[in-house]
Amino acid sequence: MITTLSRIIHFGFKNFWRNGLLSTATVAVMFLALLVSLGLIIFREVTSRAVVSLQDKIDIVVYFNTNTPEDQILNIKQSVESLAEVKGIDYVSRVQALELFKSRHKTEQSITRAINIVGDNPLEASLNIKAYSPDQYASIATSLNNPVFKDFISQVSYEKNKVAIDRLVAIIEDINRGGLALTILLAVVAGLIVFNTIRLAIYSNRDEIGIMRAVGASNALVRGPFMVDGMVVGILAAVFSLILAIPIISFLSPYLSRFIPGLNISQYFYSNLITFLLLQMVFGMAIGTVSSFLAVRKYLKN
Amino acid sequence: MIAFQGVSKIYNSHSVALEEVNFQTNPGEFVSLVGRSGAGKSTVIRLLIGEEKPTKGRVFFGQYEVNKLMNKELPAFRRHIGVVFQDFRLLPTKSAYENVAFALEVAGRPQREIDELVPQVLDMVGLGDKGRNFPHELSGGEKQRVAIARAMVHRPEVIIADEPTGNLDPLHTTEIINLLVKINELGTTLLLATHNKDIVNGLGKRVVTLDHGRVIRDEERGKYILV
Repeated sequence: MITTLSRIIHFGFKNFWRNGLLSTATVAVMFLALLVSLGLIIFREVTSRAVVSLQDKIDIVVYFNTNTPEDQILNIKQSVESLAEVKGIDYVSRVQALELFKSRHKTEQSITRAINIVGDNPLEASLNIKAYSPDQYASIATSLNNPVFKDFISQVSYEKNKVAIDRLVAIIEDINRGGLALTILLAVVAGLIVFNTIRLAIYSNRDEIGIMRAVGASNALVRGPFMVDGMVVGILAAVFSLILAIPIISFLSPYLSRFIPGLNISQYFYSNLITFLLLQMVFGMAIGTVSSFLAVRKYLKN
Repeated sequence: MIAFQGVSKIYNSHSVALEEVNFQTNPGEFVSLVGRSGAGKSTVIRLLIGEEKPTKGRVFFGQYEVNKLMNKELPAFRRHIGVVFQDFRLLPTKSAYENVAFALEVAGRPQREIDELVPQVLDMVGLGDKGRNFPHELSGGEKQRVAIARAMVHRPEVIIADEPTGNLDPLHTTEIINLLVKINELGTTLLLATHNKDIVNGLGKRVVTLDHGRVIRDEERGKYILV
């Protein structure tokens, strides 16, 4: 058993080395497939970060009449907080709203002057409500339409932004669905291309398989070395694809952060490098060995 | 040793490869299986090594009933036989030494035994100095000697040679036949399929003649008589 296993591994490595050109071509195809799959993983990260950044921009702001007492607002805050859909609420009092307004417009003399002329604070207190997911804002808005709150609330921004929020929700859902479908599709295409390449490589060895069978080699001894060969191809392709990914990601990272603030693909890539390496190796080895296993099966029938 | 009992191989109504073939060999015998191209010699060999199954009849090899062997039982069975083919069938990515060693490796023999036996057998076939050469670096005669070394290295009970000289010039043909005779004299049963009249007549051994898939002659010290 151990002798057979060590021979299988030995033959596998030897075959890989001696079929130099064929092995190089197979590694090249697998390398491209793995690079595509790595690209897809990173694309998913980019889209999910973009979605998070979009989601972050959506909220509902409830403005209260200026005569609504603060403890009443805090009561409403408490009851809204108890809703399952609510992720967080920020309370901005009238005083804070005024300070924010002033600091935002401190360079504009005319506005500062106008505020001073008015004397009284004209700004309304507000609650900024964030939901766990964008499609929950509608139900939060409905809760706020409760007649109990009616006398205190001046306006709810949801009604005003409904179209924009709905559109964002639709876009986010499309990105998620489309990204997943594209990932699956391209992963399947890459897998099929690798499988076919290995199948062709083994097809060119079909006579050899026949000879091995005629000499009395067991199925394991015929198939094993091809599977080891496929495994070596997978490992090398995984390592090469990551090596090439480093300069590509370093080049693209600054451009992507310009489009999506807070997105640092380089940092994401390096902090997950070991995971990527393992993932690529497992994927490469799995597709290499399974393709070899399936491709050889056809020639083991006589 | 080898026995064919009422064996027929029919591919379709227009293609009958063998019809009611009956013959058997004894241990240590040298049997030439002769006939024109298409007479059924190669079919006999394919049935004997389990590459095909007969349409009718039974094929025996020692204790094995070959026609009943399952696919997974074939490798172990084939290790009892050494086969030499017309087109050599050497593994192109293995050296002469590795090709011969392969027959022992598939049988799970230990490396120590392989290191000892392979050089001996290569010496015996006159290729002691060519072990490191790959098949494409060898002449036709040398390739066939490597194939014979591979067929005999695990000391099989029978060596089957299917037109082993078909691709060789007369000089190499004589060399190969002499080698097969020598192996037979050492006690291995030999089944030689050939359509080379000179070889068969020069051997003076048992001849089974096939024609149109039937055994038409089986003589102890036979000649190849064209029909």
